[in-house]
Amino acid sequence: MSFITSANFLWRPAAILRHAVLIVTGALILAPFVWMVSLSIRPPGEIFRASFTFWPAQFYGVENYTKALTQAPLPRSMGNGLIVCSLILALQILVCAPCAYALAKLRFPGRDLLFGMVLIGLLLPHQVLSLPLFILGYQLGILNTYAALVFPYVVSPFGIFLFRQFFKTIPDDVIHAARLDGLSELTIVWKIMMPMALPAILAFSIFSVVGHWNDLFWPLIAVQDRSLMPPPLGIMAFMNEEAGNDYGPLMAASTLVVLPLLVAFLAAQRWFVEGLTRGGIK
Amino acid sequence: MASVLLDSINKNYGQTSVLRGVSLSIADGEFLTLLGPSGCGKSTLLRILAGLEMQDAGTVSIGERVVDGLRPKRRDVAMVFQSYALYPHLTIASNMALPLRMRQLSALQRLPLLGGLLPGTERIVAEIETEVTRTATLLGIGHLLSRKPGQLSGGQRQRVAVGRAMVRHPAVFLMDEPLSNLDATLRVQMRAEIKELHQRLGVTFVYVTHDQAEAMTLSDRVAVMLDGELLQVAPPQDIYADPDDRRVAEFIGSPKINMLEGVVRERGLIDVAGSTLPIEADALAGAHLTLGIRPEAFHLADHGGQGALTGSVRMIEHMGSDLFVHLDLAGIDHPLIARLLAERTPDIAPGQTLHVGVRPDRVLLFARDGQRLLFARDGQRLRREVESAGASITPIRELAR
Repeated sequence: MSFITSANFLWRPAAILRHAVLIVTGALILAPFVWMVSLSIRPPGEIFRASFTFWPAQFYGVENYTKALTQAPLPRSMGNGLIVCSLILALQILVCAPCAYALAKLRFPGRDLLFGMVLIGLLLPHQVLSLPLFILGYQLGILNTYAALVFPYVVSPFGIFLFRQFFKTIPDDVIHAARLDGLSELTIVWKIMMPMALPAILAFSIFSVVGHWNDLFWPLIAVQDRSLMPPPLGIMAFMNEEAGNDYGPLMAASTLVVLPLLVAFLAAQRWFVEGLTRGGIK
Repeated sequence: MASVLLDSINKNYGQTSVLRGVSLSIADGEFLTLLGPSGCGKSTLLRILAGLEMQDAGTVSIGERVVDGLRPKRRDVAMVFQSYALYPHLTIASNMALPLRMRQLSALQRLPLLGGLLPGTERIVAEIETEVTRTATLLGIGHLLSRKPGQLSGGQRQRVAVGRAMVRHPAVFLMDEPLSNLDATLRVQMRAEIKELHQRLGVTFVYVTHDQAEAMTLSDRVAVMLDGELLQVAPPQDIYADPDDRRVAEFIGSPKINMLEGVVRERGLIDVAGSTLPIEADALAGAHLTLGIRPEAFHLADHGGQGALTGSVRMIEHMGSDLFVHLDLAGIDHPLIARLLAERTPDIAPGQTLHVGVRPDRVLLFARDGQRLLFARDGQRLRREVESAGASITPIRELAR
């Protein structure tokens, strides 16, 4: 039958519509990003011109990027981002994997109730908890430290949920074999489940790192010291004091902040998709 | 080496009763097969034996030792799974070495990098490597040690799974349908290898399968399970020729045993399918019985009448040396299957009328409730009390004497 050949398949009205919607949505999301990159290589005079071209008449990239890196503590912010994001990710995996294993593979009373609570945790926006967390941080005396940036995120309901879904697809026989081979439950988590769930871990890592690298809200509340500020806060400080209306270096700084994420995502894209879809199928 | 004793094991999942009072004694070095259709509880029983699941009542002993509270690794059993359950991220060598590493190395010694520096680690690791290589060579997978399970064929994975169980020299081998995922040719080959393995190792094997051919060829004794109950435990030939229960008779044998309803006419004669067979029944005249006749208990007869059944040929299956003839009998809705020797059978065609004789001593009699009825052969005493299934059936022990 002709309609199942790929060429015809693509040209069916439904397919055209579907692709049109996807292209429009993609363009809407990409436009500000392209705009940002384009602004970051323009001289100040060209930024507010009425006409739009991607390439500026005069290439001003070197000046803008030099300014972004030297006149504001951007490298320091990015270093902070790296420290905070790696700490959060490491602790999240350390906490989520055993929780997810228990919820996916062990039988104990109250398991479904606990999982229900994880789902509720998934529904709560983090902003709702910021005031209690701030007070808690104050009582513990950890405000304005790295710990304040890390500790509210250590337990991730999303991580528990994602890992649990993935662990459920791993056959029980493998766990039974591991128990017979003499592995303890925790050893099973780290030596058997985690290596088998690598795609899910990569997918979660990207979500976690992107989320916390870009987080502005909580760091704004938790730290005041400039030397502790993560990238978005660093950009903000930079905008207020150094750049003023100088948008070129500001956009250059923003581009630099986004770049590591982009590179990381492109490198892990294949596993990212597998990690998200495999858990969902079963 | 160890014997295994299961005593009145019960297991429920919620309201569903999976195992009901299963008691079984397995001798040291015996090859015992748990045979039954899927869902009969045989795999659950095996997992209870391994300690992977807990029974709700009853005790499990391995080698005179009650193991009820013990974790799987303390029970000294090894298991081969249907799905092989190899660790996909480890090489074959690591897969096979893992049970030994977990037992022989301490937690500190197992640490990466640091563990290697501790005293004794190097020697133990070398010993483990030697053992793994020796076992792998024995199983013919020595050249695959550096590969990952994903790169192996089904048969090779099967060998790795067996190897992983073998390296630690367990007292009891448990096998849960280990051949089900293999193709037919390989299954027959691996079947022979498992039998050889048992003979070489001499340890106790408990083997779960739904395939009667595996059960019959491999086992010292077969335990037939159905709906969570053990129906009969006996050597393969007895299970086939001398079943205790109608369900056992129907489950074992291919093609299936023929079940015909009959009525006792008088002592020594039973009316069945429009014919009369000279069979000594343990029942009074007028009693309803079921006759179980294996396909090979028939032979070609010249004429109908007493001692023979008459029907029209529906279909003929040529099996080389044998013919499976499907016969439609008057008053019976399912066809009777007779296995006849091809060389002694003249050309027959569908639609033709055929007479088949029955050897009376090969007919199995069952009461209405499925219990086997025994009749005295050669004046021997009845081996078992016959439970009467209603007033119409009375024991004839006196007659047997």
